[in-house]
Amino acid sequence: MKKIVLSLVLIGLIIIGTISYLSSKETEPTKLVLLKEKLSNKITPSVDHTKFAILQKKFNSPQEITEACISCHTERAKEVMQSNHWNWESPEYIKGRGVVYLGKKNAINNFCIGVEGNEKSCAKCHIGFGMTDKIFSFTDPRNVDCLVCHDNTETYAKAAEMGGAPVTTLNFNNIAQHVGEPKRSNCGVCHFFGGGGNNVKHGDLEKSMFDPSRDVDVHMNSEGTNLQCVDCHKTEKHVITGEIYSMASMNRNRSTCESCHSDNPHQDAILNKHTLKVACQTCHIPVYAKVNETNTDWDWSAAGKLKNGEPFEVDDKEGNHTYLSIKGSFKWGKNLEPEYIWFNGTAEHYLLGDTVSDPSKPLVLNTLNGSYPDKESKIIPVKIHRAIQPFDPLNKMLIQPKLFADNKGEGAFWKDFDWQTASAVGMKDANLPFSGKVSFIKTEMYWPINHMVSSKENTVKCTECHSRENSRLANLTDFYMPARDYSPFIDTVGTGILIFSLLGIFIHGTIRIISKRKLRKRA
Amino acid sequence: MQKKVYIYRSFERFWHWMQAIIIFFLAMTGFEIHGSISFFGYQNAVKYHNIAAYAFIILIIFAIFWHFSTGEWRQYLPTARNLKAQINYYLLGIFSNAPHPTRKTVLSKLNPLQKLVYLGLKILVIPTMVISGLLYMFYRYPQNSSIVGMNIGSIKVIALFHTAGAFLLLAFIIVHLYLITTGTTVTSNLKAMITGYEELETEETTDIKKINSESIAEKVKPEVTNE
Repeated sequence: MKKIVLSLVLIGLIIIGTISYLSSKETEPTKLVLLKEKLSNKITPSVDHTKFAILQKKFNSPQEITEACISCHTERAKEVMQSNHWNWESPEYIKGRGVVYLGKKNAINNFCIGVEGNEKSCAKCHIGFGMTDKIFSFTDPRNVDCLVCHDNTETYAKAAEMGGAPVTTLNFNNIAQHVGEPKRSNCGVCHFFGGGGNNVKHGDLEKSMFDPSRDVDVHMNSEGTNLQCVDCHKTEKHVITGEIYSMASMNRNRSTCESCHSDNPHQDAILNKHTLKVACQTCHIPVYAKVNETNTDWDWSAAGKLKNGEPFEVDDKEGNHTYLSIKGSFKWGKNLEPEYIWFNGTAEHYLLGDTVSDPSKPLVLNTLNGSYPDKESKIIPVKIHRAIQPFDPLNKMLIQPKLFADNKGEGAFWKDFDWQTASAVGMKDANLPFSGKVSFIKTEMYWPINHMVSSKENTVKCTECHSRENSRLANLTDFYMPARDYSPFIDTVGTGILIFSLLGIFIHGTIRIISKRKLRKRA
Repeated sequence: MQKKVYIYRSFERFWHWMQAIIIFFLAMTGFEIHGSISFFGYQNAVKYHNIAAYAFIILIIFAIFWHFSTGEWRQYLPTARNLKAQINYYLLGIFSNAPHPTRKTVLSKLNPLQKLVYLGLKILVIPTMVISGLLYMFYRYPQNSSIVGMNIGSIKVIALFHTAGAFLLLAFIIVHLYLITTGTTVTSNLKAMITGYEELETEETTDIKKINSESIAEKVKPEVTNE
């Protein structure tokens, strides 16, 4: 009787356990449901800009449109003029340097190197008009380009090499009457094409993100949640959240996954524990450059070759440049697995004019700080872009060459193809010394991968990191990770004991069988 | 005279077999987490290992209670008496059909070698596994005040202790599985642990059902045959 009762209790417990285990799988994560519900509520604008008389008049210059905007939105231009998008710099504290105004003016990048002296061309992506040379009025609110961000017709376009002015043939009345919150198309025209072409810089931000499928980006999927950039890069008074660590140094104002998803987004407690040390992106962005190739290597030292005295280009079968006389040779990659680093939100930068202590090693232009013991650090995925850049071997500094000019003979490399003169003119523009010698050194730039978030079915699997061979985190050796790491001593001795035991059993057992047979025969 | 004696009580058998199953399961899942094998899939292995760990701890709590309430813990008190004879038996005597140097009775179920090894498991290996396992489960990375709990900088030391213990347990299971064939007959020990009854050489009619815990405490002394 007692046994029957006990076994019934046991069976009952097993049934209850199984049911509760299986049924827990069927419940939806409510946080996600609530988020989806919240995001499906689209805001209807409070005004209809087509009804404003001031937007019906003929605009003779882009500045006149801005005047019209400011006549109602009287304080907004002031906010814009405080922003990084306008100033192209921001005060940043950098360890060992103090507070530095850091931005496109003094940071060197791995692509077209720097803005200095090339403003007229680079200003195509400045939210203003009239940046035709170094003397640009950052204080005139009429130069603010409202439409580049707020045009909702997707027809506004800035002209090439015009200091930020728009193409003159546009229907400005139509555009000005259809303005609203920035869309992916507004942000994308600059941020998808940085570095002089689609997906040259980021790797996770490129033209497929105008209209991405679920496989490309689960958030911006135009048939799904269809999030716009500003849905995550929340903006108050034209201060946009999100830092770009090619030019930012401080852990502030970041746009994070956690702001919507919290830092305990999983149902599985062990997965949630990962969030202490592993950024969401690390598992949820298994590959980047999912649709179009991203530039991975840029060799400036190859630039300047001419055919019959003329610059030329070589393209691969996908249409990406593999060689340009003006820029050098390139390598491209698609569906790339990110590299992984520790990152605590702070960065250090190589700034124009800094001396390079060891030119034999690749120079990291933006060092992202972090390590395992650092409490703020998490593992993040990065695209590491590698380049070979002009370098002054005597002054030991990277060269900011003059690249762009309207005419030949001004010393610009893109017209005259001479490193010596381009370097001399460029460094003079930047008020920096130049020895007259040009060599080349390797440089690296780190680009955190934050977009192209995959659906939950396609996240990085446990064993892609937790494995002896080919672990994605093979390069991060400053901590113990189960399955990847082990003590060779303990494993060798342990395996030895096991083998020794089995062998001992085998020998002992064999002797037993043999001796038993002998004894039996004797009997 | 040979007599069928009730030697392993039902809880003892339940505890023994549950422990065997759980340790085997923990080894399977554990060595998958360690990266040595792959069977359940990594995420499942982690999940199952944790569930099995809780089951093991609950079982251990019951077993500790049982050991003390019945006085059976005294079975594991180590003794040097007959230890050499037991080792000699396994190394030599067993091949010439020599009799077991230690007589198995209800009050002294274990030979001196078993006492030593089982005690080592009980007070060294299993506590190491439980403590390092709990630390493995509940440690927290150093965090700014947001996490209340143990702040351990690295799990390396914890993990290495846990791995070393796992190898020892596995080696024990392998050897143990072999040594159960060295009873009076090849299967007599196994049958005893399943049914509870074993044919034992006995003078008095000791039956475990008739002995209360206090009398075990008095009577548990290694009995030696002089053959």
